[in-house]
Amino acid sequence: MNESLREQLLLLPEYFQGHLILTLAALSLGIVISIPLGIWAAQSVVVKRPLLTIVSIIQTFPSVAILALVVALLGGQIGIVPAIIALVLYSMLPIVRNTVSGLETVADEVVEAAQGIGMSSYQILTRVRIPLALPVIIAGIRTAAVWTVGLATLSTLVGATSFGNYIFTGLQTRNLVSVTVGSIAAALMAVVLDSLIGGIQWLVENKNQASSEKKYKQVKYAIIGALILSISFSAYSLLPEPETDFTIGGKGFTEQYIIAGLLSAELEAAGFSVEQRLGMGTEVVYTATANNTVDVYLEYTGTVWANIMNNSNNPGRDAVLAGVTEFIEGPEGMVNIGALGFQNRYALAMRKDRAQELGVTSIEDLIPIARDLIAAGDLEFFGRPEWITLRDTYNIDFAQKLTFDPTLMYTAINEEQVDLIAGYTSDGRIAAFDLLLLEDPRNALLPYDSFLLASSTAAENALFTETLESLVNAISDDEMRAANRIVDVDGGAVSDAVAYLQSVIR
Amino acid sequence: MLDWFRMIELIDVQKSFDDGATQAVANTSLTVAEGELLGLIGESGSGKTTTLKMINRLEEPSYGEIRVNGHNVLDQKPEELRRNIGYVFQGIGLFPHYTVARNVAAVPELLDWDETRISQRCAETLSMVGLPIEEYGDRYPSQLSGGQQQRVGVARALAAEPAVILMDEPFGALDPITRVELQEEFKRIQTDLNLTAIMVTHDMTEALLLADRIAVMKDGEVLQTGTPRELLNQPQHDYVREIVEMPKRRADRLEQLIHSS
Repeated sequence: MNESLREQLLLLPEYFQGHLILTLAALSLGIVISIPLGIWAAQSVVVKRPLLTIVSIIQTFPSVAILALVVALLGGQIGIVPAIIALVLYSMLPIVRNTVSGLETVADEVVEAAQGIGMSSYQILTRVRIPLALPVIIAGIRTAAVWTVGLATLSTLVGATSFGNYIFTGLQTRNLVSVTVGSIAAALMAVVLDSLIGGIQWLVENKNQASSEKKYKQVKYAIIGALILSISFSAYSLLPEPETDFTIGGKGFTEQYIIAGLLSAELEAAGFSVEQRLGMGTEVVYTATANNTVDVYLEYTGTVWANIMNNSNNPGRDAVLAGVTEFIEGPEGMVNIGALGFQNRYALAMRKDRAQELGVTSIEDLIPIARDLIAAGDLEFFGRPEWITLRDTYNIDFAQKLTFDPTLMYTAINEEQVDLIAGYTSDGRIAAFDLLLLEDPRNALLPYDSFLLASSTAAENALFTETLESLVNAISDDEMRAANRIVDVDGGAVSDAVAYLQSVIR
Repeated sequence: MLDWFRMIELIDVQKSFDDGATQAVANTSLTVAEGELLGLIGESGSGKTTTLKMINRLEEPSYGEIRVNGHNVLDQKPEELRRNIGYVFQGIGLFPHYTVARNVAAVPELLDWDETRISQRCAETLSMVGLPIEEYGDRYPSQLSGGQQQRVGVARALAAEPAVILMDEPFGALDPITRVELQEEFKRIQTDLNLTAIMVTHDMTEALLLADRIAVMKDGEVLQTGTPRELLNQPQHDYVREIVEMPKRRADRLEQLIHSS
């Protein structure tokens, strides 16, 4: 079997379990909340309009935004809880809507007959209206199930394991095998769930029809068999995993995946068991480490300095490192294990031939010609305080400032569609595309020293700290760039890059 | 008929909708004796169905008093009142998700009868309407013809052994042959069980042939009440004369046909 595929399939049980828990928990909660709400709305016009409006509005919110909002409302809690809450919110619309319309479409003459023979309103609801509305309600659950399976992939962004781990890791490390495995797995789960619920719906719909009894029985046994199989399979996969000693966090780009892999390898070699939670945003992983959900991850001094401490000045590399270290050890008692040696800061980069042609080696050289140049940045660069500082310090601006996904940004410079980019200093593509990093003599761009940010509880463990300290000042800019290049340019696996780093550390 | 018991009494009953804007039933008084079948006839909008529904409180009267079996209906909980009065619905109104047997068992179940009594009674009433439980009990309404469905509707109304049965155009949706068959069977059952019944209909022939007495309603008022013979021979109102004229003419024509050949 293909080595890369084998590596991905090893992750399948864990991701499957995560995805299944999210889906089943969210769907069950969604059903338990939405059906009573739907019944309530069907009884009362005063409730119906506002309720349907609210669940529809929730549906129109971008799903990533809902996830972020739930995390914020929970005070920064990450993992399965905010993911489930967001999924429940999303599952509500089809179930509530179908419950209401199912109950409303029960024929008036049947309801009147129930009244006429002396059923109470409650009996009419439970014995007549709900049973007759059931096929429509189940159809709503079916829609919600398929949506939930699909949306659960986004849970990865808030640190809950799902098939999304395959997809987001794969997108960031340009591992198409990973993306494909994740997508197919999620699609398969959706299809299985959809057919199961569809089968139940068919059984309920055809219970009182004149259809062939033989076929009805066949379908019934097939569904029961499939249900038993799926339940026992789920129950087996839901058996609690042994608690791991440490959780390694990470953001969603290649370098983060490589360093997380390196940290896991080192800690496992020291005898600890570890799990990884990668692909999170800065806010999410920082908060998670502050409240000890994550034990250690790779952070950058500039990020903490600008984004978390909200500083806009640049006192220099050492001062920033000292300031950041002091800050994180503040109220939450997190620990800076140490800087790894390489920086991953923003730097303006040009093709070497273009730089030569224009006679540019530093940002100062750009001052007279910047007005005629086209610059490109990632999605956030031109919105960050650093760009403002850079602009004001050198008093430059460009003819055009384009924003790109990082991968496309490198393609654009390589194909000479732009003159310069705001690249990342540790990026493997700097070397691969033979780009020149422009010097910054006025220190406008912040330093981004990489360092290991550990939670207060994890740092109390002497062996843990000692193991990670062996990585301090062990990786140079060139070495990290080479490691990134293995994944980003040469199409290697994250594990190949980890092995490379291990070889240069020793 | 000095000693007949007034099983159903309507005294000065009125019903208006929309805060009195529409008068559906105006000043109506009716009496139905025990074991009697009263036909309530009129066009749509004449107030006949509203009158019927007030008896088991599917509609509440705006004024007046209604007594069933000597008790004011307003003194009873609507659900309990309805469980003790059989009701046959215009659109049949069987529960599509219940089997024939469960449909028939619906009222006894609401009355908390024990299971053996319920199944015994189901078998009894189903055979009364010509649908043996062994053959039809497990079928669903959608698997029956219209006539069979209405037989189940009648069986359901009879299941809890009510003394009073209300029928809202019970045979209206059936084809003519099935209709006559069912009419005759119902009349037999009603006589055998000494049921007090009110049957709402707009078919004068049906009323003349089945009812012991007939009340003719128009625009919310009862124009005349009497036996079929009285209505045919002494109509006291132009409208009554008009509506008994048609069946009479048809009967005369049939008689001519028989004798001319």
